Amino acid sequence: MQQAINRALRRLLSEDPATLVFGEDVGRLGGVFRVTDGLQRDFGEKRVFDTPIAESGIIGLAVGLAMNGYRPIPEIQFDGFAYPAVDQIVNQMARMNYRSRGAAPMPITLRLPSFGGIQAPEHHGESLEALFAHVPGLKVVAPSDPADAYRTLLQAVRCDDPVIYMEPKARYWDRRPVVLPEPADGPDGAEAADGFDPIGTSRVVRPGRHATLVAWGAMVHRCLQVAELAAEDGVELEVLDLRWLKPIDADGLAASVARTTRAVVVHEAPLTAGLGAEVSALITERAFRDLAAPVQRVTGFDVPYPAGPLEPQYLPTIDRILLAVQRTLEF
Amino acid sequence: MQTHASPPGDTPAAAVDDLPPEVSRAIYRDMLTARLLDTEAIALQRQGVFPAYVSLRGQEAAQVGSATALDRERDFAFPTYREMGVALTLGVDMVGYMASHRALWHGGLYDPVASRLSSFNAVVGGPVPHAVGWALGERLGDRTGCAIAYFGDGASSEGDIHEAMNFAGVFRTPVVFFCQNNRWALSVPNERQIAGGSVAARAAGYGMPGVTVDGNDVAAVHTATREALERARSGGGPTLIEALTYRVEPHSTSDDPTRYRDREEERAWRDLDPLPRLRARLEAGGHADAAFFTEAETAARAEAERIRDGVSTAPAPSGEDLFTHVYREPTEELARQQRVWREEVAEL
Repeated sequence: MQQAINRALRRLLSEDPATLVFGEDVGRLGGVFRVTDGLQRDFGEKRVFDTPIAESGIIGLAVGLAMNGYRPIPEIQFDGFAYPAVDQIVNQMARMNYRSRGAAPMPITLRLPSFGGIQAPEHHGESLEALFAHVPGLKVVAPSDPADAYRTLLQAVRCDDPVIYMEPKARYWDRRPVVLPEPADGPDGAEAADGFDPIGTSRVVRPGRHATLVAWGAMVHRCLQVAELAAEDGVELEVLDLRWLKPIDADGLAASVARTTRAVVVHEAPLTAGLGAEVSALITERAFRDLAAPVQRVTGFDVPYPAGPLEPQYLPTIDRILLAVQRTLEF
Repeated sequence: MQTHASPPGDTPAAAVDDLPPEVSRAIYRDMLTARLLDTEAIALQRQGVFPAYVSLRGQEAAQVGSATALDRERDFAFPTYREMGVALTLGVDMVGYMASHRALWHGGLYDPVASRLSSFNAVVGGPVPHAVGWALGERLGDRTGCAIAYFGDGASSEGDIHEAMNFAGVFRTPVVFFCQNNRWALSVPNERQIAGGSVAARAAGYGMPGVTVDGNDVAAVHTATREALERARSGGGPTLIEALTYRVEPHSTSDDPTRYRDREEERAWRDLDPLPRLRARLEAGGHADAAFFTEAETAARAEAERIRDGVSTAPAPSGEDLFTHVYREPTEELARQQRVWREEVAEL
């Protein structure tokens, strides 16, 4: 997946001279996950550059660059370090278009290596999606596989709104190939359409008829494992990759539940006031009559992301998801 | 411990005589207009038109003197919320600017990009890194504009300012950090705000010149800013200017400074009022005569009243505006909520 993101960044840098990639260690090192590997070599230090370690400064820099006509793609090295930048993200980047009544658009894509699953030290694994999805003015996306990472990054950067692009660290080494439609010929970004689903659409990554598993990021992969196991017992689970966490695809959720009549939301973040609550509420509002059982949630616990050895017990396990499926089927 | 009752004694001598008369006269006009508009704004707050107002009285020289040095064609200023004199000097639509004090729209109703003055911002450290980013953009684009970031002594404690100065020092961006040290961060004096007692002294740690000027001496401010801008434009990197001045009015119209500072101090600083000081120098230097001052007074009063009337009668934005600028590329969900608003709020 990190190569897919690298490829997307490469394409974006080639296509638009206003795009800039910057952050901590993204230049010579190529990023701690090598996501930006070779970009500085190929695009130069004016387009791809290292910054001092100062997350608020990085986003503030992006805001000023956006005001000066650029399309910044800053990176915060690890999710937990987005907290020092929250003022710049929430009070500045997210609001500048509104505050200026459209005079100062903020086409910034904040790349944020996100979520757990790699047994990282404290602050190196967090799930901030509910925080950012709550903020008016931001869009939030969490791709789950290489092809989708590629597509959604192109969309995020080309979008004139600020987007929080949450890269699931646990899937960086997913090496499935990126298969895309053949690029259309012609100028003017004919390729840009690419047949992508619009921003804010989910996708069914595995169809099923007995219940819908709703997930994003690395949990999509886990839900696919669950669906695989459940299929052995004759239970056909639909796996819906929500993908865009703001805007959320309420129609897609409702359509899936209409097919399966049951839903289990799976996320890494703590339960309380998590995005699972939003998904659950949307399903209840839009598809109540289709529901055969209450929406179940399988999430992290209301504790900080724990240290490495305990992380596997914190993140939703296959067994917990299967138990939730059982609960909803037996309701 | 610093004393607040006395003016700065170690700053460069005033040099108003060195300015071309047309510049010094224009500065006087802007300072006077800012003063009269400030007075009108306080009155509007008393009348209940403004929910609150933050006065710039006493800081006109720092604001007009620095802003006059900017090139309105290519430079860009980043204010916080007390920079009305800067806005005025830059030719911003002042009815739109003052609309932020009437709480018609956060950030004001002027176009910040066309005005070269970023939106009114109440997070006092927040806009400072924006100035560095904007300035970096000029350098990356091989353009010659400079950014100026305005902030106060209180804001100088905020982390963003230190991050921004370090970035600017590392990237050598064409930016001027302009601190109006008005001695009081709401109720907290300099000695409880600035370790080491000086904002300008911090510049050395970020690899840039730090300049202290008498902020009530408009010529000194103007000259220091012009020099900083020239240095930035010619690739010399950032400068930190600390203009020592005083906020003679309360922090805001909701504040009661008698709880934290004594009247003697305020009186002493009122005696250092930058406006009569400039007037005396204009007269002494032969830059202006009595007829000029009469005419300037009339024009400034008319302008202040025009802005006052404009902002008093400006219509509130439409409720549709709640939704209009949240996104450039609107979301279906927000459109749905807008329909809800129309049906359940607007039409009832």
